Amino acid sequence: MKYLIKNGRVIDPASKIDDMIDIIIADGKIVEIGKDLNLKSSETIDAKGKIVAPGFVDMHTHLREPGREDKETIKSGSRAAIRGGFTSVVCMPNTEPPIDNSGVVKLVKDIIKKDALCNVFVVGAITQVRAGKRLTNISQMKKEGIIAVSDDGSCIEDKSLMLGALKDCKKDAILLIDHCEDIRISSGGVMNKSFISTKMGLRGMPKEAEYIMVKRDIDLAEKASSRIHIAHVSCKESVELIRKAKRDNVEVTAETAPHYFALTEECCVTYDTNTKMNPPLRTKEDVEFIKKALADGTIDAIATDHAPHTDSEKDVEFDFAPFGIIGLETALSLSVMELIDKKVLSWPDLISRMSTNPAKILGIDRGNLKKGSTADIVIIDPLKEYIYNKDSVESKSKNSPFINWKLKGKLCDVFVRGKVVMRDESIVVGSS
Amino acid sequence: MKNNTADKIVWAKKDLLGLEYLSREEIEVILYTAQSFKEVTTRQIKKVPALRGKTVVNLFYEPSTRTRASFELAAKRLSADVINIEVEASSVKKGETLIDTGRNIEALKIDIIVVRHNCSGAPNILARSVKSSVVNAGDGWHEHPTQALLDMFTLKSKLGHIEGLRVSIIGDIAHSRVARSNIWGMTKLVAEVTVCAPPMLIPEGIEKMGVKVTSDLDEALKNTDAINVLRMQFERDTQKAFPTKLEYFKQYGITDQRLKKCKKDIVVMHPGPINRGIEMSSDVADGANSVILEQVTNGIAVRMAVLYLVAHAKREIVA
Repeated sequence: MKYLIKNGRVIDPASKIDDMIDIIIADGKIVEIGKDLNLKSSETIDAKGKIVAPGFVDMHTHLREPGREDKETIKSGSRAAIRGGFTSVVCMPNTEPPIDNSGVVKLVKDIIKKDALCNVFVVGAITQVRAGKRLTNISQMKKEGIIAVSDDGSCIEDKSLMLGALKDCKKDAILLIDHCEDIRISSGGVMNKSFISTKMGLRGMPKEAEYIMVKRDIDLAEKASSRIHIAHVSCKESVELIRKAKRDNVEVTAETAPHYFALTEECCVTYDTNTKMNPPLRTKEDVEFIKKALADGTIDAIATDHAPHTDSEKDVEFDFAPFGIIGLETALSLSVMELIDKKVLSWPDLISRMSTNPAKILGIDRGNLKKGSTADIVIIDPLKEYIYNKDSVESKSKNSPFINWKLKGKLCDVFVRGKVVMRDESIVVGSS
Repeated sequence: MKNNTADKIVWAKKDLLGLEYLSREEIEVILYTAQSFKEVTTRQIKKVPALRGKTVVNLFYEPSTRTRASFELAAKRLSADVINIEVEASSVKKGETLIDTGRNIEALKIDIIVVRHNCSGAPNILARSVKSSVVNAGDGWHEHPTQALLDMFTLKSKLGHIEGLRVSIIGDIAHSRVARSNIWGMTKLVAEVTVCAPPMLIPEGIEKMGVKVTSDLDEALKNTDAINVLRMQFERDTQKAFPTKLEYFKQYGITDQRLKKCKKDIVVMHPGPINRGIEMSSDVADGANSVILEQVTNGIAVRMAVLYLVAHAKREIVA
């Protein structure tokens, strides 16, 4: 099948394109990109008033399969990804069992081959059963196809083990993604530690719990001459440390999630467990720093930290609820509202944070619209407003604080490897 | 208190979740209503038919004797039917969820759920899941509104007013729901509140609640009209904050000697149960300035007022 996308504003930061041009897709690839293209035997998609961009790449997704298929599956999660314009997602290894050996990697890859509606890349654990005690066989998992390692959800406390892990990753040329949290400091906290947690009577997780580990990781990465990627940056101090490390030429990259620039700790006051995440929602000042860091490139990528949990797990006391929210389907709209409309990022900058940069950090051949590239493409209506209601959620879990919010900026069409997977806001592959 | 305005206000809240959520006027309505119920509790026949035909459920996820007994008596003196349910709260135990429990209790056609829970915010979550009234009998470190109301009621009956009084709250502020409710209530009634605790037991940002903060007991006692001394619980977090119980008593314990340097008629309150010789010496607990037992007595009148008001929410209150 051949497609011609016409009349759209094509944005491809990788080739510095931001122009009213056309794209021809054939055999899964971009075969032509330029002005006034025509092709008779193709389906033409009129993208007038819309933005055409490389499909988004989510560096941080929890798809819960295997083990917690009640929360999400690779199938349902990849459907949610498509709805949100993510043509590639990276699934974290905190499954049951965890993805900590090549056998589980193979199992997950098999499910992906069978069920995934978009590209799903696999992350392996750094330590066996994610216990922070012994390293996994990273090189063997790499042979089986993992593209990064992480103990996400947990942080390796043992500094010498962490240094060893970074050296291993350097040797195997693989990215290490760290969840930075000193659990001695966060010590069972459930939200940001501040006046708000004090008045709510909830145990707080101070920012030190995050940035002390960011500092440690930067030091160890420098020592190991290794790369490191800091997951879900949420506070001012982490931003400042990463900014300085980049200036000092440490190979550090970082991501944040939309909720860290769209919400603050004030949202917790009703004890809504969909405001409980780790790291926790921070203050207005932190939000400003996160935005600045996205603008100046200190934070390279926007990742969702999509963390599905069932209603019955979330409809409990704040202390008892699991951390995390779903995010694949709302990431673009929140970015449009908080970053584009508030003049933090230009459209090309936003596309780079959601597509070009994460693809580059992960070392995958995605996130661009170059001739000959895999045709992972999204068409966005940047002005369309809609109500994000619970019935519309593609993810198996509905744990979002944005339910019933009026959002702006919507995905219209999505191509994965040259195939239309969403057309006019309707997903056209797989059964829901 | 403006009694003349208090009886004109319509009580509109179905729940009492915390004093943070109440206005000064609403707090005054409760205290005013409690005054008339106080009279009932001194009668030969200590019962009025105000809640006849209503059912109150005491749903306690945390052990409690005095608060539960106080609520039970309050409900019975209003002629309500009362049942007590004790549950063990745990995230690990695959029991019924709080919301399911609440809805099941509601299906018994009851009117008010009085809930005590070790998790902060549990009453808030329960209140939005049921149509019945929910009264917070203490949740985690969050609030214990009826305790603060009875503290204010007692203080007012001793000193005639709350506005302008200097009140110091002494002890483990960080882990105290009594402290938080007292701060909200007293500051709304325009008392000048000071909190005093060892540095590790002063919670982040507490000064934003409009209180003075000190770790110096003498400063907290100087020129103060009343003190509210919290029960010191040597648990997980508090243990780290202090070397020994004796050292705590030396630095923060209220003794006769210390009291001699205070205002002569200083009011000494304690939410109970007292650790004698830790936060307070026996001579102070049993001394002339102590109103600790009066607090217990007043607790019934205050809880009668709360039950009465939430049961009649959105109806004109005729005082």
